[in-house]
Amino acid sequence: MQEYVRLQAATIRGAVSRPFYFHDVVEQFEQIGIGSLTVVVLTGFFTGAVLALQTGITLDQFGARPFIGRLVSASMIKELGPVLTGLMLAGRVGSGIAAELGSMVVTDQINALRALGTDPVRKLVVPRVLAGFFMAPVLTVIANTVGIIGGWIIAVFQLRVASSLYWSESIQGLTMEDAWMGLIKPFCLGYAITTIGCHVGLRASGGTQGVGRATTAAVVASSVAVIAVDFFVTRLLITLMY
Amino acid sequence: MPVETTPVFEENVQRGPDEPVLELKHISLAFDEKVILRDVSFSLRPGHTKIILGASGSGKSTILKLILGLLKPDGGEIWVNGQRVDTMKEPELMTVRAGVGMVFQEGALFDSLTVAENVGYKLYEETDLPLDQVRRRIEEVLGFVRLQEFIDRMPSELSGGQRRRVAIARAMAAKPGILLYDEATTGLDPITATTVDEEMLKLRDLEGVTTVIVTHQLRDAFFVAEHTAVRDGDGFRIERADRGKADQAEFIMLKEGRISFEGSAAELRAADDPYISEFLS
Repeated sequence: MQEYVRLQAATIRGAVSRPFYFHDVVEQFEQIGIGSLTVVVLTGFFTGAVLALQTGITLDQFGARPFIGRLVSASMIKELGPVLTGLMLAGRVGSGIAAELGSMVVTDQINALRALGTDPVRKLVVPRVLAGFFMAPVLTVIANTVGIIGGWIIAVFQLRVASSLYWSESIQGLTMEDAWMGLIKPFCLGYAITTIGCHVGLRASGGTQGVGRATTAAVVASSVAVIAVDFFVTRLLITLMY
Repeated sequence: MPVETTPVFEENVQRGPDEPVLELKHISLAFDEKVILRDVSFSLRPGHTKIILGASGSGKSTILKLILGLLKPDGGEIWVNGQRVDTMKEPELMTVRAGVGMVFQEGALFDSLTVAENVGYKLYEETDLPLDQVRRRIEEVLGFVRLQEFIDRMPSELSGGQRRRVAIARAMAAKPGILLYDEATTGLDPITATTVDEEMLKLRDLEGVTTVIVTHQLRDAFFVAEHTAVRDGDGFRIERADRGKADQAEFIMLKEGRISFEGSAAELRAADDPYISEFLS
């Protein structure tokens, strides 16, 4: 834990002082942001669609089927979008970072970087954390949008809810506080996923087996962190905003 | 092909020609309960060679990491180019590392970069040199290790020996005064290992680079200690070193974390210590 806190301090210091490896930052924005687009779009779409399917049955019991848009948009934006995007990023990005940095550690590439006068935190960790921090919200917004569209397809074509009603309910059911909550959470999740991936990767030892262990540990730790951070940030934001 | 020896990074400490560029004083190091080094001391003068021998796990590679500041000793002092490195913080160490190059075991080339990007890494990332000058320097050092035609290849496309030679080119690209070789020939066939040995000799004898070699390959250790590289027209030739030159290469034998022998190749061969005799046999 002490090492993790120290890494975070070094990362923050590296993000606000020179030298700054701009090319690596751009590369990581592309790898983490654009590279995760497909998985996030698919996850968002099917989550929105299945949410509409499942809640349609429940809402019918109360004659509340017309409100399905409200339920889908609120669920996606406040909770499912950020958490599921976070979990997808934990699986794809957290594991990738741990495996890449872990391999660099066990093959002495990190030591080679240091020997060549480069601080590995500035060169490797800062770009990944910045990319995770800024791209997670972008990906979450995309997942939310696609999820609401998925819900709309089910609502209109299967549950026979009027399209205009679905959209008006989707928008009316949301408050500014909901939008802020849906936007703030992914920043924290992206930061947690990438810092955990970097921390676990940089501590890898024991050859290829060690890299495997680090990758597994990164996925497990960052997935749990996504759920836990989501809870605590939600609790905090409810206290502050609602 | 001769290469320029003006350092890319300025050394900020002035020293006499015979003052040691490297000095370890009473170094000790332990990981948890396991003692790695006990009271290790030696020094190295400019242009000379130190060859560190010892069994696997005897702490040979650890010494190189200590010199570069990649590890901190539990006790003792380490001086590199007149600067004490064991008490330095990481940002301060960057200036010391500018004057020291290291060839890692297996090369430790960056997988995602081409040969040119690997070799020019330090110049691209840590200096303000114009890109055309960096490219020229890359071509120059790759020419020195006879790998010009591999400039745009990826490390995965190279053989073991080629990877080591690219690693040597990377270490020398910024013209360091000291080069550290960690098992640079281990796992290579004898012909390829000799090629790598010759690169070490060229750097030491033609470029005046101070050399520390860690190995358990006796054949390569004695080859480097007892041969010298001499300019021959545009090229070079390797010949047997005279007594004076051979004495500039000193062996250190590590045993259970201590220095059990220190001396020239001839003295090592003549040593009557049973451990050394067994090691040499």
